[in-house]
Amino acid sequence: MADATSTVQHGEGGTRRDFLELVTWSTVAVGAAALAWPLIHQMNPSADVLALASTEVDLSKVPEGSSIKVVWRGKPVFVRHRTAAEIEAAEKVDLATLRDPQPDSARVKRPEWLILVGVCTHLGCIPLGTAPSEPRGDFGGWFCPCHGSHFDTAGRIRKGPAPANLVVPPYTFLSDSVVRIG
Amino acid sequence: MAREAPPLVLQSPTLRWIEHRLPIIGFGYQHLVAYQTPRNLNYWWNFGSLAGICLMLQIVTGIVLAMHYTPHVAHAFDSVEHIMRDVNWGWFLRYAHANGASMFFIVVYIHIFRGLYYGSYKAPRELLWMLGVVILLLMMATAFMGYVLPWGQMSFWGATVITNLFSAIPLFGESIVTWLWGGFTVDNPTLNRFFSLHYLLPFVIVAVVFLHLVALHTHGSNNPVGIDLGKKDKIPFHPYYTVKDMFGLAVFMIVFAAFVFFAPNVLGHPDNYIPANPLVTPPHIVPEWYFLPFYAILRAITFDILWIIPAKLGGVIAMFASIGVLFLLPWLDTSRVRSARYRPIYRIFFWLLVIDCFVLGYVGSQPPEGWLPTIGLVATLWYFAHFLIVLPILGKLERPLPVPESLSSPVLGRGMAAAPAE
Amino acid sequence: MPASRLGLLVLGLALAVVPFPARAAVEAEPPVRESWPHQGIFGTFDRAALQRGFQVYKEVCSACHGTKYLAFRNLTALGYTEDEVKAIAAEYTVMDGPNDQGEMFERPARPSDRKPSPYPNEQAARAANNGAYPPDLSLIVKARAGGENYIYSLLIGYEEPPAGVTVPDGMHYNKYFPGHFIGMPPILQPDGVTYADGTKATVAQQARDVTQFLAWLAEPRLEDRKRTGIKAMLFLIVLTGLLYAYKRRVWADVH
Repeated sequence: MADATSTVQHGEGGTRRDFLELVTWSTVAVGAAALAWPLIHQMNPSADVLALASTEVDLSKVPEGSSIKVVWRGKPVFVRHRTAAEIEAAEKVDLATLRDPQPDSARVKRPEWLILVGVCTHLGCIPLGTAPSEPRGDFGGWFCPCHGSHFDTAGRIRKGPAPANLVVPPYTFLSDSVVRIG
Repeated sequence: MAREAPPLVLQSPTLRWIEHRLPIIGFGYQHLVAYQTPRNLNYWWNFGSLAGICLMLQIVTGIVLAMHYTPHVAHAFDSVEHIMRDVNWGWFLRYAHANGASMFFIVVYIHIFRGLYYGSYKAPRELLWMLGVVILLLMMATAFMGYVLPWGQMSFWGATVITNLFSAIPLFGESIVTWLWGGFTVDNPTLNRFFSLHYLLPFVIVAVVFLHLVALHTHGSNNPVGIDLGKKDKIPFHPYYTVKDMFGLAVFMIVFAAFVFFAPNVLGHPDNYIPANPLVTPPHIVPEWYFLPFYAILRAITFDILWIIPAKLGGVIAMFASIGVLFLLPWLDTSRVRSARYRPIYRIFFWLLVIDCFVLGYVGSQPPEGWLPTIGLVATLWYFAHFLIVLPILGKLERPLPVPESLSSPVLGRGMAAAPAE
Repeated sequence: MPASRLGLLVLGLALAVVPFPARAAVEAEPPVRESWPHQGIFGTFDRAALQRGFQVYKEVCSACHGTKYLAFRNLTALGYTEDEVKAIAAEYTVMDGPNDQGEMFERPARPSDRKPSPYPNEQAARAANNGAYPPDLSLIVKARAGGENYIYSLLIGYEEPPAGVTVPDGMHYNKYFPGHFIGMPPILQPDGVTYADGTKATVAQQARDVTQFLAWLAEPRLEDRKRTGIKAMLFLIVLTGLLYAYKRRVWADVH
């Protein structure tokens, strides 16, 4: 449809670039654009991918002090059942010392449950610290092995190259023991 | 009446800088704008550019479909249904691609018959014509392999039957078929290589189309009168034929859209919505409609020829020869007049050939029962007789009508009045 | 002159695409010709019929026939709400896993899951059905010559065999089935299901409903397709008219 923008040179010297010509080529352009949309939109997530956009998690199987990894939109999500000590440690941090200052209350809906997208904000690696055997870094949260970022018990960046805190996904508690992520 | 496009003048220094080093603007201007075209081309001449657009549409929709398709026997059928159900606009893209193949063949067949009617294959356009036949062959290979990809019953059994054609080759047949399959039957390796080649061949077609256009622009388009035209009977391609081609494209799009949106499966076969099953053959295997005449020719040879060529090989040879004979056409037609407008007897034989192709298509679509094999054989013999016997003799015997010297010269024969009124 | 040439062109295209009838029927009666609400350029699915058809499929057919391309989320297209779809999904269990212990486990289905098939594979299906294979119904309407009419005919086509015809053991006589002997028993019974909307569940009613459900399942984007098609057609007709007028303008000085 390269012709869409061209104009017609008549013998009269192009004075007849009239209404009909304008309307015709504009309509051609509209048609070309309408045809292009399916070609572009097909690359967006398909219906089956969008259907997986929310994940429900059974919290009753996560005892205090432990955490699990679930998959939401193909990415890991950390769900940690925090202990009273971990909550306290997260709450009393001086915000002025943080690279990405956020109070603990802004990162949780219920203090005992910390839910985070498990993707390092530096370059996309998965931080360690979910399974009991993994190192939790200098601040008792997570440690990213790729470039050495340390996260605290609220998932905030404390040391290392990551520019921001671990992302909190949208979630809602459906009941005391079930949370829906997404 | 004669017109010429003004010489290209580039106002922008940037464009002049580019043009001085890489003269693509001038090239495009020369071939898409200024190109001198006969002023009397009728609407049958629209089908050349239309075929080019069909090729582009197939490539674009095909590339997009390949983003969602999986060439593996366990996933191919599922991935096509995924496209149909879940991918955004996937149903549209797949139906456009599947019906687009049919549209492409309709357009190209009309384009070919236009060439036959107006003698567009005659000197100095023999290579132009032969390159066109090469394009047809490549299209057939591409379409065949594309039909295998959804991995339905017709995909699988069509692939089995067509690849088995090569087993008719003496001595090496079996080895060639095993090599084509990458195994002992049509299976995953076959599907994988067909996908690879189905993706490759359209770009080969683009290259041959380019040569086709180089040959076309060397001596210019033929025209309904079939004479070499002087400058005063030519007009620049743009705007006259750009806008005429756009109009033709819009009409074509209406037909195309009618299929895609309202009858997307009419040209397909229900069996291809059944996943491929190597243990069950469908009761009646038919190729896509555009292969039916060739399929009829393949099946017409049911007897050994001269005790040397077994029937199976004979059928395969006949099928390939039906296209091969087109390569020889420029030399088989001995008439000095191009256009059928001035060849009253050839005109009759032309329409007989058209009818013959429809008869072959019908025979190809039916199970070989009753009178049909006999009709198929007669139609096959007529097809070859048309090219090998009728055309050489007719060119010598026929007395053509008087042919005008130019479009504006005094009326000399029939058809003149109609020519400039296009 | 251009108009007559155009007519020729359209005629040529029309001739070139006449579909050749491609199959010799194997002695079966041609299917009855019903009219369907989703037929034609403006046809849309009848949501109530789709829901009734889904009920017939769920309560009768699904014991033997799978629908592997039906995800529960698709059922919103039948007019069910998200919550209703969730409840329908929860009636089924699907295999998931492996879990942390490396074991597969069963859980209630979610809307994003596909409906589980009644048999794990074709061999198991044949073993359970006297050697006959109940085909997956996801695409059945598009996979049979005659489409909706054939499926509907088959469901109402059971009858006593003509005198002198012996039906093999485990087979049934159906006048619309190629070869007449079909493994599937006449499964639809009068009032075999109880419709929530009070429609009387005759065999023909159930057959009509389930056929429409299967037609939807084979071509779930049918309404999208036709809606887009009507817009595209209107647009193209306007565009063609404009280009024709413009073409005449450009060519005026040549003619």
